[in-house]
Amino acid sequence: MTAGEIQKQIEASIGGATVEVRDYTGTGDHFEVRVVASAFEGKTPVQRHQMVYAALGASVDGRTIHALALKTLTPQQAASAR
Amino acid sequence: MAESAADRIRKTIDSNRIVIYMKGTPSFPMCGFSAATIEVFNELGVPYETVDVLTDPEIRDGIKRFSDWPTIPQVYINGQFIGGCDIVREMHANGELQPLVQGALQ
Repeated sequence: MTAGEIQKQIEASIGGATVEVRDYTGTGDHFEVRVVASAFEGKTPVQRHQMVYAALGASVDGRTIHALALKTLTPQQAASAR
Repeated sequence: MAESAADRIRKTIDSNRIVIYMKGTPSFPMCGFSAATIEVFNELGVPYETVDVLTDPEIRDGIKRFSDWPTIPQVYINGQFIGGCDIVREMHANGELQPLVQGALQ
């Protein structure tokens, strides 16, 4: 799986999301993902991560993707983090 | 009849204030994310129970369905699923975890 595929899958599933993906081992199975989406507003961290996991579906089974470090922010949180 | 994985999980998280489902053990974590999660709770200096999913395939699979969460580690406080490594680290950094943990241990 490539960083681009992950980005596309999340963007397709969570409307208006801005997604940054980094393949931090260069082996296509360890990724750092930062998702900024207004759809996260009013959602708990668990619910936000579940939305991203749902977007990636069966890929997050430990075989295709071994490791996924996730950051999920609302646009407001992203603005104050910068 | 043998207990189901969900029954065993429910029993474990109901009888321990803090439970961490992880790969390996606190002394020998078998995954960086499990290690980082243990580090957070060691920094807080609170007692916790761990379950090594690598030694129990039924729980390894069952815990993912139990919480609708596809990854390990998983942290439960007072019987509630709190999150995985990223969430726990974030809550530790922004000061939300400490009061939650202290409240659970009272």
